[in-house]
Amino acid sequence: MKFSEQTEARLARLIESRPPGHLRSALVPMLLFIQDEVGAITPEVVEEVCQRLGVSRRDVEEVVSYYSMLRRKPAGRYHIQICTNISCMLVGGAELFEHACRKLGIGHHGVTEDGMFSLEEVECIGACCWGPAMQVNYDYHHHVTPEVFDRLIEQLRDNGGKARER
Amino acid sequence: MLHPEPHPAEVVLLTRRFRLPDSASIGTYLATEGYQAFRKALAMTPEEIIEEVKKSNLRGRGGAGFPTGLKWSFVPRNSPKPKYVVANADEGEPGTCKDRLLMQYDPHSLLEGMLIAARAVDARAGYIYIRGEYRYLIEILDRAIEEARRHGLLGRNILGSGMDFDIYTHSGAGSYECGEETALLESLEGKRGVPRLRPPFPATSGAFGCPTVLNNVETFCSVPPIILRGGLAFAGLGTPKNGGTRLFAISGHVNRPGVYELPMGFNLLRMIHEVAGGVRGGRKLKAVIPGGSSCPVLRAEECDLPMDFDSLARAGSMLGSGGVIVMDETTCMVKAAARILRFYARESCGFCTPCREGTQWLAQVLTRLERGHGQRGDVEVVRDVARNMLGRTFCPLGDAAAMPALSFIEKFRDEFEAHLEGRPCAAEEVALHA
Ligand SMILES: Cc1cc2nc3c(=O)[nH]c(=O)nc-3n(C[C@H](O)[C@H](O)[C@H](O)COP(=O)(O)O)c2cc1C
Ligand code: SF4
Ligand code: FES
Repeated sequence: MKFSEQTEARLARLIESRPPGHLRSALVPMLLFIQDEVGAITPEVVEEVCQRLGVSRRDVEEVVSYYSMLRRKPAGRYHIQICTNISCMLVGGAELFEHACRKLGIGHHGVTEDGMFSLEEVECIGACCWGPAMQVNYDYHHHVTPEVFDRLIEQLRDNGGKARER
Repeated sequence: MLHPEPHPAEVVLLTRRFRLPDSASIGTYLATEGYQAFRKALAMTPEEIIEEVKKSNLRGRGGAGFPTGLKWSFVPRNSPKPKYVVANADEGEPGTCKDRLLMQYDPHSLLEGMLIAARAVDARAGYIYIRGEYRYLIEILDRAIEEARRHGLLGRNILGSGMDFDIYTHSGAGSYECGEETALLESLEGKRGVPRLRPPFPATSGAFGCPTVLNNVETFCSVPPIILRGGLAFAGLGTPKNGGTRLFAISGHVNRPGVYELPMGFNLLRMIHEVAGGVRGGRKLKAVIPGGSSCPVLRAEECDLPMDFDSLARAGSMLGSGGVIVMDETTCMVKAAARILRFYARESCGFCTPCREGTQWLAQVLTRLERGHGQRGDVEVVRDVARNMLGRTFCPLGDAAAMPALSFIEKFRDEFEAHLEGRPCAAEEVALHA
């Protein structure tokens, strides 16, 4: 497999920064960076990573099954991760998650039929002072009320639709 | 994320660049004494650097509060193996969001702190282990690293001193347990985040089996001011054995939540009522978790205390990661406990039985109590399971789950009983009378 120039540059830097004889050490970030481009850790990705790092399929599978951000199937175009942990919960995080379920018609780990949105209830994302907090892909959104959420969804739906037409 | 001005009670040392234009750039950093501490360290012996850090009474900001200078002194400098410096930027403890600000607004101070540590232990490379969710910070740090290289501050023969050292970012991919130092090292080596037996500690056998200095981001960021102004000056800001300032993340039911840099030993009630603007809606304070979700909860009447490691330990809790979670009288303690324990159940790595099974039990029993499906004896089940976990798990995550569980049922027993008996709990009483 060949990835975009940007991803390849990232992977090259990752490999260069490993101590001699410790290529395997690049495994976790490498999987994440590739997933960012491909959308999921497919069997082809596993094979490719084995080759690049000289590790076994078992080594890779073990890691993929451990880390919560690594996934076998693609998420939606916009992956919405809502924190319901304690600090966010105190200011409405759980209600926001329920609202999102209703708004999108999907639950935890669900993907909308058009593939536009996926939803996940996540643990603390380091935005506790600015809750309720969520991430859309890697972007942080702070102080998210249901109204703010709805507006954002409409906006993303618009953007997503336009991007698809292009 | 920042308030326009620091609160007057703040002592801005680590956060002093946060509000400068382009604060993350090397230009701003250099214009504000940046890398001066490292230059000074280059002229010092490793022993002198470690001595200065010891004098500062700096204690680890990751949670355990271990004295940093002492930790560095455990690294066997005559070992033939290469040595490493690792920054723990996993920041996963619920209630904690301060390392994120340090990296976003002042990434060079982290690099400088790591450089000084490298000088003290003769390390050859440094890694910043960043949780996967903090992707944008990787970009910021990579840029800072590149700038530092261009200024001859990283790489070969740094500033003509003969020192070789470079720093690299490394990302996690979703796992709270990878914040535990040995699980982090496993992850850094490309494995599942299952912890290692300690001892040996990372100082003697860490990254790639080599001696390693592993500290929290804020701990490293505290080092440049210590070297520049002297360990005693830093120590003098805090209380005995608790040097310096600390970034407290105050969240929950306060009017002005945020990250505030306050001297160690700052009074917790003042923190809530004065710095964070008081309890929201003029309500009554009910409880505080003083240092991230792993720390035993304090009742409001227990909160008149200085926030340092020793005072919190005396009060039966912990200063932990400095995440102050404030709960007002409308908070249902059963709900709070259940949510916290669901977190630990989800994040337990599953390697040892008391934690794998115990966290599941605690989460399930607390959740059914929360939802009104509790069974007689459930509160005792929580107590017994939690007590049996304490001290019996392979890594500290087990205790981190058991301790809050125990504290909630001990301090708010009546609310758990109310849920069991279908009576309104204290939080519902407040709502009824509102
Ligand atoms: C389950 C668990 C999670 C932890 N998560 C973090 C973390 O996210 N960041 C951190 O700095 N330390 C974390 N720690 C503490 C580290 O194990 C370690 O003590 C710390 O990084 C050492 O640095 P310090 O001495 O500068 O505090 C965690 C510990 C445990 C048991
Ligand atoms: S206590 Fe045991 S199961 Fe829990 S995280 Fe640590 S090693 Fe894993
Ligand atoms: S608890 Fe929600 S971001 Fe920390």
